[in-house]
Amino acid sequence: MDNSERLQEPARRDFVKKAGSIVIGGLAGAIPTGAALTVFLDPLQRKGQRSELVHVASLDSLPSDGTPRQFSVVADRTDAWNKSPRVPIGAVYLRKTETNQVIALNVVCPHAGCFVEFNSSRKVFSCPCHNSRFSLDGAIADRKSPSPRALDALEVEIRNQSEIWVKFQNFIAGHAEKIPVS
Amino acid sequence: MKALLDWLDQRTGYRRIVRYSLYENIPGGARWRYVWGSTLVFTLTIQFVTGLFLWMAYSPSSQTAWESVYFIQYEMTGGWLLRGIHHFTASVMNVLLVLHLMQVVIDGAYRAPREFNFWFGIGLLLLVLALSLTGYLLPWDQKGYWATKVATNIAAIVPIVGPAIQKLIIGGSDYGHHTLTRFFALHAGVLPATVIVLLVWHIFLFRRHGITAKDPKRKPDEYFWPDQVLKDAVACLAVMATILFLVLRPWLFNTGEDLGAELAAPADPSETYSAARPEWYFLFLFEFLKFFPGGYEVWGAVVIPGMIMSVILLMPIIGRWHLGHVFNMGLSISLLVGVALLTYLAMTQDERDPAYQSAVQEAKRNAARVRELAQAPTGIPPTGAVSLLRDDPKTQGPRLFAKHCATCHRYDGHDGTGNKLKEEQSASDLKGFADRDWLTGLMDPARIASLHYYGGTKFKDGRMVRYVSRDVVKFFAEDKEKLRKVILALSAEADLKSQQATDERHAAAINEGRKLIASEEMRCTECHRFHDQGEDPTGPELTEYGSRDWLIEFISDPGHERFYGKRNDRMPAFGKDRLESHAIGLLADWIRGDWFETPGSEAAVRSANLRGLIPKPETRNPKSETNSNASNK
Repeated sequence: MDNSERLQEPARRDFVKKAGSIVIGGLAGAIPTGAALTVFLDPLQRKGQRSELVHVASLDSLPSDGTPRQFSVVADRTDAWNKSPRVPIGAVYLRKTETNQVIALNVVCPHAGCFVEFNSSRKVFSCPCHNSRFSLDGAIADRKSPSPRALDALEVEIRNQSEIWVKFQNFIAGHAEKIPVS
Repeated sequence: MKALLDWLDQRTGYRRIVRYSLYENIPGGARWRYVWGSTLVFTLTIQFVTGLFLWMAYSPSSQTAWESVYFIQYEMTGGWLLRGIHHFTASVMNVLLVLHLMQVVIDGAYRAPREFNFWFGIGLLLLVLALSLTGYLLPWDQKGYWATKVATNIAAIVPIVGPAIQKLIIGGSDYGHHTLTRFFALHAGVLPATVIVLLVWHIFLFRRHGITAKDPKRKPDEYFWPDQVLKDAVACLAVMATILFLVLRPWLFNTGEDLGAELAAPADPSETYSAARPEWYFLFLFEFLKFFPGGYEVWGAVVIPGMIMSVILLMPIIGRWHLGHVFNMGLSISLLVGVALLTYLAMTQDERDPAYQSAVQEAKRNAARVRELAQAPTGIPPTGAVSLLRDDPKTQGPRLFAKHCATCHRYDGHDGTGNKLKEEQSASDLKGFADRDWLTGLMDPARIASLHYYGGTKFKDGRMVRYVSRDVVKFFAEDKEKLRKVILALSAEADLKSQQATDERHAAAINEGRKLIASEEMRCTECHRFHDQGEDPTGPELTEYGSRDWLIEFISDPGHERFYGKRNDRMPAFGKDRLESHAIGLLADWIRGDWFETPGSEAAVRSANLRGLIPKPETRNPKSETNSNASNK
């Protein structure tokens, strides 16, 4: 039926009805929407895994000339509902320094999170994504480096004279400061 | 502001759309009887919103579906509410659909020119039923798994093409990953998209033909906005309140059930599930099938429902004649009564069926147990939660015992699962085997020859019974004290979880007891081997007596020289092709009371109290309390 001549807004006499409709309808709709948003926001209140010292490698496995070697970090992992005992959760570069100490660097580029590669001929770490370059000790090796900070050094502990334990941690990319991912 | 809106309107024409949707003329004014269509749009919107957000946490594969739903239900904040709303809205929607349809039929709203709208409506009804059916499987729990199997097997009944159709629906010859991916694609993609198309067309046609006004018109005409919208909003809020009530019912009435939708144990094709039933709105079909003997199911599942559906689709044509309309109303009402009757029949039959009721109870127990195991520190393994119950001594032990052991043995007087048996036991009662109470009873002259211990076996007249009833009976206080230590020491060999704390506390007495067992004085090693003592044993070895390994090897082969040798009385060697080693391990763990309990849970506290793990109030001192707490973990 055509009632276009009647399609004009009536006066405000219906204010109470209109307000009532909006409030009541809004309330009915708010309940499922609220439940949906609560679940959607659930990750915000979830904490990441606590970082603990992990046995990564033995001292003998590091070349004495100071060349870094890449190792996977194996630890228990909780992924939503799954608990997986002893699975790789990341990787580190380990290197023996001139003073016979061990440094550990997270392989993740602090710029945008790509996996940094070690270029053995040029003796630098280079990021395959945006060409950030880092020296052997992890410092930024290039003035034009897109990375805001050096590679993330991790806490190292030598146990029983031969075991290298690393406190494995990820840090938020893109910041000049090291902020642990929580 | 006005200029901005004018600018917007010139480019989008939004005012016209708003006016068209809000200022629909309602002949005779807004009425409560016109709210049903809006409540259906509302419930559908709830399903779209809640479904979309459930989707963000759901993972369709046979190793992750149950697990992700478990995570939504029990771990994510508000997950139970979201899932509960989605679940119960489906039920409410089916009720509203039937109300809507009945109103259309009774008012004759299907008549020309509204035939197509009627058919679209029926299409929507079928789509919503299909959504309910596909959604029921997605949690991949026992309930959905077995109920949906029935539905997909019915598809295979269809002559000639049935098996192919079934294969296409379930994505292979058996249920698995692809059953879930397909059901999920149907449930969250194909079906909702079709619903949207049909619904938009349905509403468009409704606006084109106008509302079927109910005469007599009691008031002047009104607009949809705000007169009818207010009534619709109130109805929607009432619907929402009903849904919320259903979600919160366990809390409101304190029924002890979980809030929101039920989640049964993970689907397990090797595990019976006699509590399998479709959702209540499909129960009438389930019941209807019972009337068709083997070979005729196709009539009950396909032919008759198909014929009824055809007649329903023809209603607009039949309704052209006055008598036809009467026929339509009669048919709808009798169908409704029939469906109600069948549903009632199905429900009362189940209510009066003790087998079904106990299956429901077991399903609830398993659901609660698997939840407890999923929340244990070991959690859900990457291969999925189905192994949690399969590897749980508390779940499997009683069943294995009832099946394999209870023909001779008893557990606390029953068959392990709680059933009393008519036959008299012919072997010992294994509740608390090797713990201090059990051994004290064994060494009690008044009890050793009772049915609880050796009474049913040939050992009733054996050397152990003779020793206890002739020698032990004459023990003086000093000997009795020695015997007590022997019992403590022997029981400590079992290394029982329930006695960890007490064994630690009594380490000194246990040490003395060990020496006593090995000594000639107590005469144990005359017949038993104990570590390096006992030259020519005729009775079972006492080294690590009752430990997990000892018990597994005993159950595997009681006639082994370590145990009864040739004197073994009737007990079969279960390790020889009777039970898998995994099952024997579960039995041993269960008999030894070794399974996971949530620390601090009611069950953990109860078993600790029973076994004296927690010191009694009068002997309580701070030190032993911290000890027992520590070992409790």
